[in-house]
Amino acid sequence: MGTPGNKRLVRELADCHQNPPVGLTISVPDESNLYKWHVIVHGPPNTVYAGGNFGIVVNLPRDYPFRAPVVTFATRIYHPNVTNDNLGNICLSILKAENWKPAIKLVSVLEAVRNLLIEPQPDDPLEARIADEYKNDRKEFEKNARSYVAQYAKGPVKWENAEPTPATAASK
Amino acid sequence: MDTDDEFMSNPSSEEEDMMPDDSDNDMSGDDDFDFDDEPDPEDIDIQQDFGSKKKAVYDIDYKVYRPQDIQEQQDDLIREVNMILNISKEEAAILLRHFRWNKERLIEEIMDKRSQTLETAGLSENHTQVPRLQVIPCFACDICCEDEEGLESFALKCGHRYCVNCYRQYLTQKICEDGEAARIQCPSDDCNLIIDARSLDLLVTQDLTDRYRRLLNRTYVEDRDSLKWCPAPDCENVVECDIKKKDLNRIVPTVSCLCSERFCFGCPNEDHQPAPCDLVKKWLKKCADDSETANWISANTKECPKCNSTIEKNGGCNHMTCRKCKHEFCWMCMGLWSEHGTSWYNCNRFEEKSGTDARDAQAKSRVSLERYLHYYNRYANHEQSARLDKEMFLKTEKKMVSLQKESGMSWIEVQYLSSASQALQTCRRTLMWTYAFAFYLARNNLTEIFEDNQKDLEMAVESLSEMFEKPVQDLADAKVDIMDKTSYCNKRRVILLNDTAQNLAEGKWTFNVEFTNPTPLGAVGSSSRR
Repeated sequence: MGTPGNKRLVRELADCHQNPPVGLTISVPDESNLYKWHVIVHGPPNTVYAGGNFGIVVNLPRDYPFRAPVVTFATRIYHPNVTNDNLGNICLSILKAENWKPAIKLVSVLEAVRNLLIEPQPDDPLEARIADEYKNDRKEFEKNARSYVAQYAKGPVKWENAEPTPATAASK
Repeated sequence: MDTDDEFMSNPSSEEEDMMPDDSDNDMSGDDDFDFDDEPDPEDIDIQQDFGSKKKAVYDIDYKVYRPQDIQEQQDDLIREVNMILNISKEEAAILLRHFRWNKERLIEEIMDKRSQTLETAGLSENHTQVPRLQVIPCFACDICCEDEEGLESFALKCGHRYCVNCYRQYLTQKICEDGEAARIQCPSDDCNLIIDARSLDLLVTQDLTDRYRRLLNRTYVEDRDSLKWCPAPDCENVVECDIKKKDLNRIVPTVSCLCSERFCFGCPNEDHQPAPCDLVKKWLKKCADDSETANWISANTKECPKCNSTIEKNGGCNHMTCRKCKHEFCWMCMGLWSEHGTSWYNCNRFEEKSGTDARDAQAKSRVSLERYLHYYNRYANHEQSARLDKEMFLKTEKKMVSLQKESGMSWIEVQYLSSASQALQTCRRTLMWTYAFAFYLARNNLTEIFEDNQKDLEMAVESLSEMFEKPVQDLADAKVDIMDKTSYCNKRRVILLNDTAQNLAEGKWTFNVEFTNPTPLGAVGSSSRR
């Protein structure tokens, strides 16, 4: 068995097309390479991110599903758990090497990312300042987050930003 | 060192037992125990009453275990829990690891809330399903999505079933790449069931289970505060010692492995008697720090009194003109050059106010630098000599062989060379650390006694070291002399270490750095580990 991930990936992708998960648009930019997914997370309604389209690049390691996928935001987002830079690294506990289980489906990961937009985790922050603001000055946080949405997350997603992201970049 | 009075610290009392302490660890004669070579098998508590059973004040109680002993210890505990709680050995092992081998707490918690405890430890109460490899019709693996006929699969008691290939790859990755063993869970999302040793045996090959067991042994030693691996390369022994962190300011817990490696149980360093761990840490940091470079700079350069640029004077007259701010000053007194009046090129204004402050700072820096260098050079010198002695030891072995041939002496008769070489190394190591220790000592009577002991040991060591460089043919004739000198070295070392350890235990030393002086020995009882 060369790449056990491949059959699994075909299945996962087919499942996603058959039962499209809520609020997510999934595509594979290069049909010959199932190890890279482009996902658009539509800002969940009733959140500051509503109306925004957030590009997420999923890079799957060669030994997927035994190693966790590397998930990064291609679109800038103002969020306590996403780095406020071009890398867009995400802090998500199931993606950490010691917590990853091979039975976890990619769609659960993506749903977890979407959940992060509904419910940020300021106690486990990547951006301490934003987390602080989220906890202590919600108005200011919402204002900033909305202005980011207006500035970066309207219109078609630009995937190029995420290209230089090194595959090894660990999301802390 | 300027004290020349010869200090003899009551040599008669030290006569009895002068073995170099790495040659013989046998502190008591209990023989009703499985392990033959350990020191003092009956009791791992630190003996608080120094002097009664001990041969030296600085000795601590410890045991050395070999790998099979470590395995047996675990097996014994596992067997006990297995019988008391009526669970399988594999499950007992998982429970014990979860409780970091604290059997009492484990049993307490199980009695208290059985199912909850089992669950948090990663066990299942389900007894019906015995995990085994199975071929199940129409099975599709959830990880690789393979579903061919006859695909072997496996599930723990939780019933999360995956094909053997995926299981194998999962386990191999955990064990080989992540170095994980004790906490490998079922591959299913949200299932915290731990994979037990028997299931592992079913799934993977021998070399992987071997590695798995080694990793388990490692976590066993790391989980117990009273155990520590011998740091010697290729040595797989473990030392057990019940020394507590809070004891470290009055005891320097040096232990010696069966492989003769001597190391400190209280910190990650080699044997550093007589200096306490805390001072050793400070010293090593000081030696590694750039702060001494800064010291050099302040000792060899001066700052422009106006713009503070650092200036090194490399010749020329005392009339300095700062290249940066053009300030003119006198290198000697640091005062304004214009105040020198007509006495150009000849500073006679030592009392001048404008220069005193700068000179004071300068002088202080020089004194502290020279003090540090005094101790550091001696420390480094003994460190280097100890290293050379180690090389010498290898040559000694060759010498011993040729001596056997040339003089017709038997193997046992030439062992005095090996003892001498070992004594040299051990004593040099001690000497080296006496200098780090002395650096932090405030000057008083005790310090003088210490320095005298240090000097005596140093002289003894140098004189033995000299003997050692004789040509092979002379070594046989010098046998008695070498043996005398070896024994004298060991004796001086014991005297020095005893004296230092005694004062340390009683909190009598005065240090020139922050060091929490201990409460007297009797006041502190031994407390149990958490």
